[in-house]
Parts: sequence; C-alpha cells; structure tokens
Amino acid sequence: MAKQFLKGNEAVVKGAILAGCRAYYGYPITPASEIAHAAAMYMPLAGGTFVQAESEVAAINMVYGASAAGERVMTASSGPGISLKQEGVSYCAGAELPCVIVDIVRGGPGLGNIAPEQSDYNQVVKGGGHGNYKVLVLAPNSVQEMCDFGMLAFDLADKYRNPVYVLTDGFIGQMMEPVEFPEPVTTIPEKTWAVKGTDETTNNFITSIDLDPDDLERHNQKLQQKYAIIEEQEQRAEEYRTDDAEIVLIGYGIISRIIQTVVDELRDKGVKAGMLRPITLFPFPKKALEKLTKTTQFFLTVEMSNGQLVDDVRLLVEGRKPVHLYTRMGGNVPSTKEIHDEVMKLMRLS
Amino acid sequence: MNTILKKSSSFFDVYERRPGSDKLTTTYCPGCGHGVLHKLIAEALDDFGVREKTIFISPVGCSVFAYYYFHTGNVQVAHGRAPAAATGIKRAHPGSIVISYQGDGDLAAIGTAEIIHAANRGEGITVFFVNNAVYGMTGGQMAPTTLIGQKTMTTPRGRSVENDGYPIRMSEIIATLDAPVFVERVMIGDTKSTMHTRQTVRKALKLQIEKNGFSFIEVLAACPSQLKMTPSRSKLWVKEVLEKRFPLGVCKDISGEFEGRKFTRKDVKNDELHDILDLETAQVDLEKISRFQDKPINEEIKVAGFGGQGVLSLGTVLSEMGMRHNYEVSWLPSYGPEMRGGTANCSVKISKKKIGSPLVANPTILIAMNRPSLDKFENDVVSGGLIIYDDSLIDRKPVRDDVDIIPIPATKLADELGNTKAANMVIVGALITVKEIMSQQIILDSLGDVLKRKNLVELNQKAILRGAEYIKNLKK
Ligand SMILES: Cc1ncc(C[n+]2csc(CCOP(=O)(O)OP(=O)(O)O)c2C)c(N)n1
Repeated sequence: MAKQFLKGNEAVVKGAILAGCRAYYGYPITPASEIAHAAAMYMPLAGGTFVQAESEVAAINMVYGASAAGERVMTASSGPGISLKQEGVSYCAGAELPCVIVDIVRGGPGLGNIAPEQSDYNQVVKGGGHGNYKVLVLAPNSVQEMCDFGMLAFDLADKYRNPVYVLTDGFIGQMMEPVEFPEPVTTIPEKTWAVKGTDETTNNFITSIDLDPDDLERHNQKLQQKYAIIEEQEQRAEEYRTDDAEIVLIGYGIISRIIQTVVDELRDKGVKAGMLRPITLFPFPKKALEKLTKTTQFFLTVEMSNGQLVDDVRLLVEGRKPVHLYTRMGGNVPSTKEIHDEVMKLMRLS
Repeated sequence: MNTILKKSSSFFDVYERRPGSDKLTTTYCPGCGHGVLHKLIAEALDDFGVREKTIFISPVGCSVFAYYYFHTGNVQVAHGRAPAAATGIKRAHPGSIVISYQGDGDLAAIGTAEIIHAANRGEGITVFFVNNAVYGMTGGQMAPTTLIGQKTMTTPRGRSVENDGYPIRMSEIIATLDAPVFVERVMIGDTKSTMHTRQTVRKALKLQIEKNGFSFIEVLAACPSQLKMTPSRSKLWVKEVLEKRFPLGVCKDISGEFEGRKFTRKDVKNDELHDILDLETAQVDLEKISRFQDKPINEEIKVAGFGGQGVLSLGTVLSEMGMRHNYEVSWLPSYGPEMRGGTANCSVKISKKKIGSPLVANPTILIAMNRPSLDKFENDVVSGGLIIYDDSLIDRKPVRDDVDIIPIPATKLADELGNTKAANMVIVGALITVKEIMSQQIILDSLGDVLKRKNLVELNQKAILRGAEYIKNLKK
C-alpha cells in the first residue's frame, strides 16, 4: 500500500492531469482556490497551460474554446462563480463540447460564506443555464474520489460530448486524506469533430445557433436521446447495509460519510438502518432508489441545503413511502447526534 | 472596387451551411461593412497560404454566421466572449491562426472585460472589430460607439451624454496596454480607404503568422439598414460623421521591435508525470507497526493556536504519521478569513475505523497553543479526554476535572533548541509519548518526507525528542 496525503482540491487536479487534462482556466474563490493553485503549479510542468482568467465568465469561455480545439480542459469554482459560468455551460452543452467543471460548494445565497453547503444542487444538477440541457454530475465524498472522479469525469465528458461536473462541498475540497494514485491514461479517444487548425478539420464547425425551428428541435431531441442513454447507463450509487434496512438515510458528499456513521450507531442499537448515497446526481440513481422503495419503511434525506436533493427522491418515490427531510444551512454541518436523534424521533412517530 | 474578383478559396464555393435555397450569396445587406471585410480577410488567408491553419471565431451579432462562408476551422461563441474562446483555442494549438471577429456591442459592451484581458495577455490572435455605431443584429439599438445625438431604437431622441455617456474609443484604450503589438483604426468606405484597410488586414495577419503578435484592427463600417440610408449615403456618413469621432490611423505599432510571442507547450511523456506531479508515496512497514495493530484507536484531535505557531502543520504531521501506521486519517483546517491573524485550528482524526465527518466537534484530545484556544475549546473535550497545553504561553490552568491535563512549556523548550517555530513538534513528541499510538522511530525517520522545509528536519527531530523526554521526566 502506497499513499499520498493531500487535499481534495489538489487531488482533483492531479487526477485530471493523469486523465490527460492539459488546460486549466479559472478564477480564484474560497474554498476552491487550491485547485487553481495546484493547476498553476502542475499544468505548465505537464506540458499544459494555465490561465487565471479575468472572471468566471471568461474562464468558462476559454474552456469552450479549448474544448472546441479538442483539448481535455477543466475549470473550477464555488457558488458565486458557478452562477457566472452558467452561460458558458449552456453553450458547451448546446455545442456538445466536453469539459469538466469542479464546484466546491460554499454557503449562499449571494456572497454567503465560505463554509460548506450543498445549495448548488439545483443550479448544477438541473442545468442552471438556459435551454433544454443536462450535465453529468459526480459527487465525490473523499479525497480519493476527488482524484478518481476527476479522472472519470473526463472519460464521461468525451464519451457523451457533454459537460461533466464534479460537485462537492468545502469539506471535501479542504480536507486532507490519503490517496492512491492510478496510472495515467494512455489513450484518449481521437476527437475528429474538433477544430485544430489542420487541413482535415477545416470542414468542422462548433456552434450552438440554429435559426430553423425544425432543425433546432431535432438537435434538442438528439440531446434528449443522449441524456436518456446517460440515464440508462451511468447511474451510480453506493448502498450501505441496505439489505434488510427498514430505514434508509439518503445523502451525498460529506453528508454520506456522516450518515454512514449514524447507520452503524443505529445498527448497534438494533435499528435496521441503511444508507443510499447517490454518486451520480444526474443521472439520479433511480434504479437503486426504486429497489429500496419496495423494502424500506421510510426514507430520511439529509442535506446541507433547503430540500433540493429531496425533490428528486420524492419525484421517484411518488408517495409510496414517507420521505422525510433533515437540513442544515449556512455552512453548518449536521452532527451524527442530530441525525441520530432525528431518526429516533421519526421512528416514534411512525 | 469595380473589378469582379474570383471568389476567394478561403470561402466555400457554395454556402451549404446557409439554410434556404440561396447558397451563393451572403446574409449581409447591400452596403454592409461585414461583407467587404470578410473578403479582405479571405483574400489575405489565400495569399498567405494559411487557410488550413486558420480558426475563425464567429461572434454574436450580424456576423454570427461567418462560418457559413469561411472554409476554415470555425467556432461560434457566446456574445462578447470571442477573445476568451480565442485564448482557449490558440493555447491548444499555438501554431494555428486564430481570428477573433467582433461587432461593437459584442466587443465594446458585453465583452469589454474579455477583450481588454486577452489584449493585455498579448494572446497570439488577430482581432477584427467592426464598429458600425449600432446594434445591427437585434434591430438598431444603441451601441457603446453610437454617436452623441444619434437616434437608435433605444435612443429615440438621440444619444445623450447625461443618460448614456460618450462613444467609447476602443483602439485608443487597447493601445494603452503593453502587450498589443499593432493597433489601428481603418475604414471601409471609398476605394482608397478600403484599399488601405486591405493592407492593414494583411499586416495584422502577417504579424500573427510570423510572430504570433496580438493585433487589434478597428474597422469603421456602415450599417445602411439600421442607419436607414442607402448604401452609398451610409458610406459617406461613415467618412464624414463617424470618422470625426473615431479618427483613423495607427494607435500603436511595435511590430518592428517585437520579437515574437514566446508561448510554447512542453511535450511531456506519461512516464514523466510521476515526478512532475510529486506522486511520491509513503510506504507502510507492517513489521515496524505491528505492535499498534491491535489497539482500538479512535482519536479525535483539535489543534488550535495563533496563526504562525505551526498549528496546521502539527495536524498534518500527526495525520501523515498516522497514515504511515496504517490508520485511517483525515485533516480539516478551519479555512478562510478565520485563519488570518486570530486563531487557527484544525481537526485531525486518527482511527482504526473508516472516518465519517472530518470535523472534530468534541475532541478526545485538545492541543491548545494559546489562551484563546483553551478558552474556546476546553468545554468541548469529551469526558475522559486529554488536554495538552503550552503553559509557557497560557497563563491559566484548565478548569475541567474530568479530563487528563498535561501542561508542557513547548514554546520555551523550542526556544532553548534555538527556534520558537519548533514548539509544535515538541508537542508531537509529547503526545505520542503520552498516548503511545505511534512509533517514535517511524516519525523521526519519515519526518524528512513529510516536512516541506528540508533544512528544518533536524531541528524538528530534536524537538520531538525533547517533547518525549519532557513527558518521560514527568512520569518519573
Ligand atoms: C447574452 C446576450 N445578450 C443579448 C443578446 C442579443 N444580441 C444579439 S446580437 C446583439 C448586438 C450585436 O451588435 P454588434 O456587436 O454591434 O454587432 P452587429 O450586429 O452590429 O454586427 C445583441 C444585443 C445575446 N445574443 N446574448
């Protein structure tokens, strides 16, 4: 076993470079800044480029350009900056440009604070820009996964020619943990559609405009078909002690680690608790949730936002089982005790 | 220009991308400056033999469909963002020829930040900026370059200084920056001015082809449709009215002394990445740690003190050493402004079990390196826990009677070793002696791998030994 001890924000950059990413365009913001620091340090050394852009708006459009040119490219930010990037993400989705965006979520709305929240769920998972588009969203819950999903994100982005988010919170970005680094990827699929300043690519063009309603409708339908395939093939979730669970706690990112501890504590008391942790937020792990809907008595969704994740849970459960919600906001992270008490309260009620 | 020229080979012969039945003409109105400028650019690309290397960026505005016409690589972008996209493209392919083509709304209003900063970075691109003093595409609203008194859809009584300020002179602004190599304002009007524009277009592109220099060409042009004038009247207006506010000429030209933009990308092989990325990893020697394997260790440690006391690195050293003992470990700083000036703290978990939240709310061990930290966290410590505090700096004793309390004059001991900064390692030495959760030898041996400042390794090793010795003496 050989491991390195580092921050989530650094691990995602090293993972990205191992995945063949050689371009970073971004604007600093706490608690995501170490991503820019690491990219500034390593991208040029690895034969890549790093630009501190004049704004997040500019940064995502640099990403758009680099992706159009066929590069594996990334950017990163936190809530306020992600809001600004939404324009560019919509253009990337419309022009089907692969790219990776890391969002280290902080407290909002407005300037909020720099403590961890999960309040970007809606603006990221629901495709916060204009138009009928969706983005893949991976939700790491450890520094190891910041590296692993940093790599996976590029494969998915290229596979579907779509933006992919790595969405997590300030804790996962800031904390240090041991990481085992995989080998660098050796082959990146050829992008024949990209514009590379070569003879073969002078017939290629990247655009998101189409004035003809029928043509644009066809393009939209094609996008929806792609999203349907993604929904079918890319759902990822972690289940923990759910086999015989009568109570299933649902949470992603840092919350999943806390509720995993709660599940163990409840089990020690003889309560049959389990955890469902969505790893992909789009596609939402419907298959796993559907299965649990048949067996559990009730769900408790725990999130550091005002009930954003729970909407997706309820949409699927459709009233067949009670879906409860426990939230903290403003940068407060719930303790195991709070969640434990909430479960006990719900059990008395049910 | 009355001669009929052959269509440039940098244009498509047939505009297949254009919807509808007309595939031979452009979408531009008669008398529009865009069409003429397109021709001048295409002709230059032909003559310089760079069509295949060229990537043309279509903006938002009337020239949004430039990609119908140019048989080059084409990228259409968001409103105002062409220089940002150009940055991403050019850096991906430093050998390509990147043209960023923009209108006055696109460049001088919504995209002001992007053009200023691309220019300021001196990206190796050529910018063509069509100033027609109006928003053509959206139906004739005011542009940042609209003249005082000029009537548009959004200045129905004419542009007023009081409400809208003055027409903005972009070339002059760009010319104040250091990095741009060539900045000129030209015009598409009579034959003479258009022929001069042709020369300027060629010079700007050549500068990119030969030296990757940033150039910015502002082209005064007519928009007969929005000016509601005939093509010939509108050309006259450009010359007699628009030009008064926007004088033609070179604003900046350092192309003679400019040596070329030095932007290169290294060719790095995969097997070099391990060193480049510092992927050096820690090895765990199972034999050496065997005596710790059966202990049910589950420590939640809060380390707190002034910024500058090495509080965060005390935490990382503990966790990294924990990792070398095969424990599950996590470290979390209190990040952001909280850290500046006042107290800094971090949470460290060292456990045999998988770690849930990395946040330590109720520590089993509190390491307090200053008085505010002791005041702040003393009550949080779990019953039966441990408080280690620096009694050379903290002038009170903890009041809790349900926890173990160990005072250690860490700062004083570090001073005796010659460096106050080693106080944190004195505490590491003390802690592992009290708690016996790690091997002192492993810590001393791997300190060199863990510490960033290699010249401090020896001092810190001494500090650890000093801390350990202090505890052993206490026990006697
Ligand atoms: C974000 C955004 N805001 C507004 C628009 C609408 N819009 C399209 S073109 C344009 C103005 C273009 O004017 P200019 O850059 O002067 O180019 P011209 O059409 O005159 O060539 C505007 C406001 C848009 N497409 N995107």
